[in-house]
Amino acid sequence: MAEKDKAEEAIESPNRLDAKSIALQTILPSTLSDFEVAIDTEFDLLVATVTPEDLKPMCLVLRDNNETTFDYLLLLCVVDYEDYLQVVYHLYSTTLKHTLVIKTNVSPEEPSLDSVTSVWKGADWYEREAHDLFGVLFSGHPSLSPLLLYEGFEGFPGRRSYEMPEYKEW
Amino acid sequence: MVDQDINKKLDTVQMMVNMGPQHPSTHGVFRMVLAVDGERIVDVEPHIGYLHRGSEKLCEGEIYVQIVTLFDRLDYLSNLNNEMVFCRAVEKLMDLEVPERAEYIRVILCELNRVASHLLFIGTFGLDVGAMTPSMYMFRDREKIQSLFEAVTGARMMHNYIRIGGIKNDVPEDFDQRMRSLIVELKKGLEEADKLLSFNEIFLARTKNIGTMSAKMAIEYGVSGPSLRASGVPIDIRKDHPYSIYDRFDFGIPIGEVGDCWDRYYVRLEEVRQSISIMEQALDQLPDGDTITPTRFLLRPPKGEVYVRGENPRGEIGVYMISDGTDKPYRVKVRPPSFCNLMTIKDLLIDTYIADAVVILGSLDIVLGEVDR
Amino acid sequence: MELNSGSGNQEPLSILNKAAPGVITAKSEELIALARKNSLWPMTFGLACCAIEMISTYMAHHDLDRFGVVTFPSPRQSDVMIVAGTVVKKMAEPIKILYEQMPEPKWVIAMGSCATNGGPYYRSYSVVMGVDHIIPVDVYVPGCPPRPEALLDGILSLQKKIVQDAKERGRKG
Repeated sequence: MAEKDKAEEAIESPNRLDAKSIALQTILPSTLSDFEVAIDTEFDLLVATVTPEDLKPMCLVLRDNNETTFDYLLLLCVVDYEDYLQVVYHLYSTTLKHTLVIKTNVSPEEPSLDSVTSVWKGADWYEREAHDLFGVLFSGHPSLSPLLLYEGFEGFPGRRSYEMPEYKEW
Repeated sequence: MVDQDINKKLDTVQMMVNMGPQHPSTHGVFRMVLAVDGERIVDVEPHIGYLHRGSEKLCEGEIYVQIVTLFDRLDYLSNLNNEMVFCRAVEKLMDLEVPERAEYIRVILCELNRVASHLLFIGTFGLDVGAMTPSMYMFRDREKIQSLFEAVTGARMMHNYIRIGGIKNDVPEDFDQRMRSLIVELKKGLEEADKLLSFNEIFLARTKNIGTMSAKMAIEYGVSGPSLRASGVPIDIRKDHPYSIYDRFDFGIPIGEVGDCWDRYYVRLEEVRQSISIMEQALDQLPDGDTITPTRFLLRPPKGEVYVRGENPRGEIGVYMISDGTDKPYRVKVRPPSFCNLMTIKDLLIDTYIADAVVILGSLDIVLGEVDR
Repeated sequence: MELNSGSGNQEPLSILNKAAPGVITAKSEELIALARKNSLWPMTFGLACCAIEMISTYMAHHDLDRFGVVTFPSPRQSDVMIVAGTVVKKMAEPIKILYEQMPEPKWVIAMGSCATNGGPYYRSYSVVMGVDHIIPVDVYVPGCPPRPEALLDGILSLQKKIVQDAKERGRKG
């Protein structure tokens, strides 16, 4: 019975993971056994959803572990779903060449997270941009001054609630 | 050391020099505030955002077919590569198959765009160092490439040619013959650039051992593309995670040794040679067939999110797209290569001369359109 | 000395020409305008994509040097400011400062549709819809990006405008 159910699930959502991601899927649960993490697949990438408090220790483990060696931060992005803000990290390993996606959810009224600039230096400007456009606070960041918008800009233009202006003269 | 003795006798004070948004050598609207002690730079504070046009937010209000024009203008020196990565993202979401002939023409034009971008880099890098002649020669070759683009796509710069499902229209009948004669001229032009600049004594003195970026620093900051390969890390998306039909061609990727400005320049020059080889192979294998898989005008991809990577002349461009089933995307995020390459400027410029700052910034090959989006 | 008395299709010479042959007379305004229009020096001010087409116009294929146009990096010694690219609200103040640093007489060419009225970014939260909200513009060159020939046409129109303005100033007295 269990095998029949698994076969039906396989037909519904075709598995697009390549060989490296399948190998990663087998070792991830043991590597991240200290954290509450939910591992999923989205198209052809593995997604690990985690709480905001566990984010930075988990990133350190992923970077230093010999079987995962995620030493390259591809992307740090914020997505505004109406009830919560989701911060997405795409990680890559230059030696083992596999990819992993990490997601955390924060509330839109008081969005605050730990900064990962001490894990990957390349997160510096990404976090400044996220703070500028969405208002997410990263504690531990060297300086969260505005990056893309001018001083004194009001509002967070990245959020869905910021309305797209109609054609105005100024 | 002579200058340190002088400094002990004189009262020197640090000066703040502003390399402002309008500057002939900052390759766009980029501002750096330098704290200088004599001629040596002590501290750097980069300011960007002078070209922030809000492209990502605008994408949420436009249908998929319109977004191709916005992506054209992100990195305005490699338009076709940007369009290709966006179209691949939508095709991945929708599981669309692109016809063979369209794939080959896409690859030929993307590699030609790479050649045009690198030729402009060689010309402007020579201008930064102080040589005016190579820029004239490189722009002459670029004009030839742009007139071929005009014959095929209809525009010199913002082509809007690679569409979702294929390409806009077929190439003209004399395409093969024009391409082959263009390749002969490009090879000659490249030899001229090589002879003028590469092993010139003054050029070597100004770029060797300047702005050295170690492999560890490059990986920490997320640097990609020729700047990463010049530091010795052999990562190229076309070889490691081949997309489109790049796995059918035989080409090499040049790797540098030290990671200084000269390595970053020579890696790009060698890449032009490899791109020319890819174009010749693709022209030989070009099949007949359709050029586009027809789709609806108001595309509605299924719900899902996808991340697609491509190899731009500047590095790795990525598109993270979330679709919610309607005809407009929910979120489009671009991972620009110049954004990460530019983050290293603070570490690279400390303890160098002001004249070297211009050379180092030029060797990173940034385009402010995609740094600010 | 043979003086031409109007034979054939030549006009009879005026008294001044008979008295002092080889001397050209003109209004000083028009002479100065002639000198100004034939050596316009633009400031290198490329903002975005249109800057690449502007650089192509300066280079050997569509040469601008034959019209006397040579780029100069500093605003203190240039005549024309070619605003090529999108004007963003963060950049509005530096543009105003640069315009005020240029000495009179000065002209502005708005190149491309972003500098004319916002262009493809007309609904953006951070773009100024046209540079003429900040500084007065003399010539608008449409296109996205305009071809080098279009920019050449713009510069030639500016030259015609300089001559026309000088004539009108002279006429008013």
